[in-house]
Amino acid sequence: MPIRSRGSLIPYVVWIVLFVIAPIALVVYYSLLDLHGQFTWHNYRAFFSAAYLKMTLTSFWYAFLITFFTLLIAYPTAYLLTKTKHKRLWLVFIIIPSWINLLLKTYAFIGIFAMYGPVSAVLGVFGMEPVQILFTDFSFIFVAVYIFIPFMILPIFNALDKLDPTLVDAARDLGASGWTTFRRVIFPLTIEGVKSGIQVTFIPALSLFMITRLIAGNQVITLGTAIEQQFLVAQNWGMGSTIAVFLILFMVLVMVVTGSNGSGMRGDRVK
Amino acid sequence: MSKAPLSARIYLFVMFVVLYAPIFYLIFYSFNSGGTMNSFESFTLEHYAAVFEDTRLLVIVINTVIIALLSGLISTIIGTLGAIGIVSIRNRKLRSTILSLNNVLIVSPDVVIGASFLILFTLIGVQLGFASVLISHVAFSIPIVVLMVLPKLLEMNPNLIDAALDLGASRRDVLTRVVIPYIQPGIFAGFFLALTYSLDDFAVTFFVTGNGFSTLSVEIYSMARVGISLTINAISGLVFVVTVLIVLGYYFFANRAKTNGVGVFR
Repeated sequence: MPIRSRGSLIPYVVWIVLFVIAPIALVVYYSLLDLHGQFTWHNYRAFFSAAYLKMTLTSFWYAFLITFFTLLIAYPTAYLLTKTKHKRLWLVFIIIPSWINLLLKTYAFIGIFAMYGPVSAVLGVFGMEPVQILFTDFSFIFVAVYIFIPFMILPIFNALDKLDPTLVDAARDLGASGWTTFRRVIFPLTIEGVKSGIQVTFIPALSLFMITRLIAGNQVITLGTAIEQQFLVAQNWGMGSTIAVFLILFMVLVMVVTGSNGSGMRGDRVK
Repeated sequence: MSKAPLSARIYLFVMFVVLYAPIFYLIFYSFNSGGTMNSFESFTLEHYAAVFEDTRLLVIVINTVIIALLSGLISTIIGTLGAIGIVSIRNRKLRSTILSLNNVLIVSPDVVIGASFLILFTLIGVQLGFASVLISHVAFSIPIVVLMVLPKLLEMNPNLIDAALDLGASRRDVLTRVVIPYIQPGIFAGFFLALTYSLDDFAVTFFVTGNGFSTLSVEIYSMARVGISLTINAISGLVFVVTVLIVLGYYFFANRAKTNGVGVFR
């Protein structure tokens, strides 16, 4: 034990009480208040109404699609990266775009997907009319996947990097095909990285609101957009808090399913 | 390892192109004298000039940097002290409870952090603006500093401290001359991450910023909601350069710290 230094814990414990415990308690408390500050269950009843359930399901569906495509693209990338000669250097190059301000990357797609933007122009070469790609489901999912890819690559890369290559050789020597080796050896041994990647993608994907507003117009409503709407537009903090309570519950659920306390997420966060 | 097959190299190449294309697309059109991101008319630096002439924008940039540096510094101090404190806790259950609480803000969606901080600040009467943004940034950066410093403290050989004490060092000396130099790489990493968290944050700031105060992310958001403005492109050009410098600086420090550590401690 280094040194007895309980005194150094004081500011840290104050932080835990004020900014970890108190905010959660306040959100739960406010979820039980109506617009006039009176106690009510109304917000919870409203959450289980058809409109909100539908929104929650859509939000989950989009988060699922985003996570699925991110994983589908990120896993091979991480795998191939580990096979390169200067893998650490290449990894840094893959990670650099994730350090660029998120708003700027999102803004770029407003131009790229615009009616007369470059994507439309390329499609025009093949004889297609200029199309509005912005404000569609496709643009929303594409941009979200683009944003999340580096964050998914990182944990998977680390897991693959730790994988003992002799195990793969052994599998091949024992006659396993490439696909079998992947399915029975490589993937199971890197599942922890995949789980961390899913965590850093799925939970933020449920709560996106900036990308929804800028790229999807106001079409796609996620749990995040709903919270922002209730807090900052409708000024209905009670309903906003109720949705936040459910978002926290879903978050806990995702973490239980992927079985980690979140320490795998260090250093990577997406807004 | 033999040369990777062609298909593998093409896949990686396409990934790099796709990841960087939007960024270079923005920077390319920042030099466009026409007002759009579709057709390039001629080369100009007017959009960069516009950034530097816009005093309101410059104030926002300065605010953003001040918030990042201050929140980085404060959260590094509190986080480092916290990590040192956590290591001194003998009770395993208490320690793991504290570590779980530590990770809550890391895994929480930003919208939830922003909304709950908004309630908190309104309730205890912190005015929305510089103070509320700074406090929030300190708050969400502390856990990452702890996570960066903790492994360094755990891998430290306790004999080092006993040796220092036997040789007559005071507790204060042990902290400043033995512990802090040893965990320095972790502290640096924590500080850099706190810095980037703060610079990159949009959602939390968006909730707790009042009317008169804005950071770069929030400002870009309100500009982008209106439509395309090549001033944003010029900002991205500048942000890209600064970001690359920060990343390179970070890796430089991280590597130097590593080699130093090897030289001194092994």
